[in-house]
Amino acid sequence: MRIKWVECAALSVMAALSVMTGGGSWFLALALGVTLLKCLLIPTYHSTDFEVHRNWLAITHSLPISQWYYEATSEWTLDYPPFFAWFEYALSHVAKYFDQEMLNVHNLNYSSSRTLLFQRFSVIFTDALFVYAVHECCKCVDGKKACKELTEKPKFILSVLLLWNFGLLIVDHIHFQYNGFLFGLMLLSIARLFQKRHMEGAFLFAVLLHFKHIYLYVAPAYGIYLLRSYCFTANKPDGSIRWNSFSFVRLISLGLTVFLVSALSLGPFLALNQLPQVFSRLFPFKRGLCHAYWAPNFWAVYNALDKVLSVIGLQLKLLDPKKIPKASMTSGLVQQFQHTVLPSVTPLVTLICTLIAILPSIFCLWFKPQGPRGFLRCLILCALSSFMFGWHVHEKAILLAILPMSLLSVGKAGDASIFLILSTTGHYSLFPLLFTAPGKKNLFLIGWKLSTSLAWALWKSSVNLYSLSPPGS
Amino acid sequence: MEKWYLMTAVVLLGLTVRWTVSLNSYSGAGKPPMFGDYEAQRHWQEITFNLPIKQWYFNSSDNNLQYWGLDYPPLTAYHSLLCAYVAQFINPDWIALHSSRGYESQAHKLFMRATVLIADLLIYIPAVVLHCCCLKEISTKKKIANALCILLYPGLILIDYGHFQIMYNSVSLGLALWGVLGVSCDWDLLGSLAFCLAVNYKQMELYHSLPFFCFLLGKCFKKGLKGKGFVLFVKLAGTVVASFTLCWLPFFTERAQALQVLRRLFPVDRGLFEDKVANIWCSVSVFLKIKDILPHHVQIIVSFCLTLLSLLPACVKLTLQPSPKGFRFTLVSCALSFFLFSFQVHEKSILLVSLPVCLVLSEIPFMSTWFLLVSTFSMLPLLLKDDLLMPSVVTTMAFFIACATSFSIFEKTSEEELRLKSFSVSVRKHLPRFTFLPRIIQHLFIISVITMVLLTLMTVTLDPPQKLPDLFSVLVSSVSCLNFLFFLVYFNIIVMWDSKDGRNQKKIH
Repeated sequence: MRIKWVECAALSVMAALSVMTGGGSWFLALALGVTLLKCLLIPTYHSTDFEVHRNWLAITHSLPISQWYYEATSEWTLDYPPFFAWFEYALSHVAKYFDQEMLNVHNLNYSSSRTLLFQRFSVIFTDALFVYAVHECCKCVDGKKACKELTEKPKFILSVLLLWNFGLLIVDHIHFQYNGFLFGLMLLSIARLFQKRHMEGAFLFAVLLHFKHIYLYVAPAYGIYLLRSYCFTANKPDGSIRWNSFSFVRLISLGLTVFLVSALSLGPFLALNQLPQVFSRLFPFKRGLCHAYWAPNFWAVYNALDKVLSVIGLQLKLLDPKKIPKASMTSGLVQQFQHTVLPSVTPLVTLICTLIAILPSIFCLWFKPQGPRGFLRCLILCALSSFMFGWHVHEKAILLAILPMSLLSVGKAGDASIFLILSTTGHYSLFPLLFTAPGKKNLFLIGWKLSTSLAWALWKSSVNLYSLSPPGS
Repeated sequence: MEKWYLMTAVVLLGLTVRWTVSLNSYSGAGKPPMFGDYEAQRHWQEITFNLPIKQWYFNSSDNNLQYWGLDYPPLTAYHSLLCAYVAQFINPDWIALHSSRGYESQAHKLFMRATVLIADLLIYIPAVVLHCCCLKEISTKKKIANALCILLYPGLILIDYGHFQIMYNSVSLGLALWGVLGVSCDWDLLGSLAFCLAVNYKQMELYHSLPFFCFLLGKCFKKGLKGKGFVLFVKLAGTVVASFTLCWLPFFTERAQALQVLRRLFPVDRGLFEDKVANIWCSVSVFLKIKDILPHHVQIIVSFCLTLLSLLPACVKLTLQPSPKGFRFTLVSCALSFFLFSFQVHEKSILLVSLPVCLVLSEIPFMSTWFLLVSTFSMLPLLLKDDLLMPSVVTTMAFFIACATSFSIFEKTSEEELRLKSFSVSVRKHLPRFTFLPRIIQHLFIISVITMVLLTLMTVTLDPPQKLPDLFSVLVSSVSCLNFLFFLVYFNIIVMWDSKDGRNQKKIH
């Protein structure tokens, strides 16, 4: 009967909140609506990531800290930074009331209905941080014209785009991951930077980095922006840098914040002399250039080109079949391999390509800072560049570009058009995540159509909004 | 309509909710030997595909009527035949005679769910969208909100898409809705054709037949019995006869055929009620075992008379003063009378009342929302049997949130808003202090909701005592019955005092 108590409790909380929405708060209605949709998605297909997180619950609960990054009973070893491990540890204390068996390290692929319920509810519950972050972001967006129609207010459109983001729904609530609250942290830090609360923004981002290190993709944007617009307190009238306005105090306080957060996170492992092991888990360069299901980035095209050229070469008898290596990148396995025709790609090459790609936006951020909006643009470009040229990129990483882009898209019509293309293709590229389950394809298609129509609605509204503004303004 | 993209988003949201509810089939194996409604639908595809029409409704070695015999009118059979052709094309094993009994597989489940979704998309959803677009005197935003609330109505979603249910209620309700639309917009022939198709799909649609008849008759009277009215009457009669003939053509060849079909459709041999249903007979039988006291034919007569008595005033009023608004309200009160007093009523029949209530959602949002919540609650024992606790609670809350935000229902509880103004005025002529009606209704609403929530919690968490194993189902159905009686009185009041309302307003302004 315990399952029913838990269900009742969770649903009663939501029922109480829903009674409050009788007062007509649209934000609460949107948030509750999407939460209810997430509850409906509980019995859907889940990927191996479900087992990954169950394993991490077991590791952090049953083993001492010194074993966390060494444990390898399961193939899904701990490869997120320490804060996430602590997060799983905290969750495991709630998990034991649901099903004690899931916390056994040797119970591989254990997925009783209570385990499923607990995991799904934990994702839904931690999304509360995401909802709060969206609320804060809405405060930073203000409509230039007073709109009487609710559906044309930028705040409403932004809330819909972020809260009902279908990519996030698919990755978090079907495929199963904890991206919701992580993106909540990122959006919150962006919002703080918009609100000129730089220290908080920096702190939140440092914390985020120690939850999931994929956010290193956008760290350059943060670094350059904080250095240029926070440490240099004033600009010359033409916008260029005023060197004598440099504030050492600010620089040191930023450095101290980052250092303290890192110390809190990595400190215990430094004391145990485990840092190399931790880093080897966090940055597994032994994995191949492309993930099992390709992220639609530059290297995917590169690999395809290589394959096509090798096939042509074989047909034209330019290549010797015996010299072609066995491991081919189209077989979908995570391995290292060599390219046959085109030069092989090493991690260093991808790093250099990424750096070259982000250089223009970084230069702009340094030499012509445009405040928080410029920072946001640079962040999106960093995310996209890293997605394009990075080593072993997951297709889920496109969300790193789509979610901040939503913030920009409610500002200008031009950004809205780009966002439409980006979100449509980005969400479409998440399709392979669901390919095992037959019925879910339809759900995805419906969801994707929904997100497309919403984005289209947004674009139409912005076009309406800005076509009304007089020329020259 | 300029906000068509919002309407598209609403429709897509409705489809998403329907599909996610249909994913709730976690336990896998069914329950042999009888399985459930799902197996019934699959079996009908098997029967209609493999056997000639003459054998569909008869008991034979190939067609054992005890095992989910066909008991809906011919149009359901034709629909099953159509689905069977598609099934044959995909995988003949699904409908092979005899050997496919109890067939269950992922692919088959997907196929069956898809047939429901497609039927919904083609018939019910366009009708709802069209209905909302044709609403008068409200803004586009309210029209879209209306569509959202109707599409999110939990009852229909849970029955049609729930665990092992493959009921095509959306087809019959959709056809009936097309009928209502046609008749309200003065396309009488098309409307009556659509309604005849609805009746030929599920015989329960007869609950709606009297209001249709009275409304159309009233229109004929209005146009004058000697001129256009008579012409209209003849045309309508012709349409009805033609549509019935077309559907029943294969069964008119022999008298025995038609009689057998009728016997399957109206099983008068079964008792006054089966299982626990939220109508009068079941609730009264808690105290007074009517089934045992009265003989069978007396039961039929009593229920017939009571049903007729309770719906007569509204129907007479509709005949004398036909109006689309009065028509919709009369649909509600008639269907509710049938549900409460009629013979052999099933819990799912409440959907026949919910559809007209959805149609009046824009006019009395508060009471309609309340009714729709109660109607979903009345099906609770059925839903729990199918493990649908989570989806039913979630969809109910989603529906409630949608209605609450779209219509601000808690602010619309004045006499004027509840359409009770003229009734209260009439009562105040005799009792000058009668001003507390809205407050009573608000208190009743709160009591009703609290009772429903408590009963749901109790049913889910506690075990019933040994001596009274059906305690919770009985409580649920009795509480729902009380609510429904209140609504019956309320809707009848609205119908009877309705045009006076309009006339008074015109005089004042």
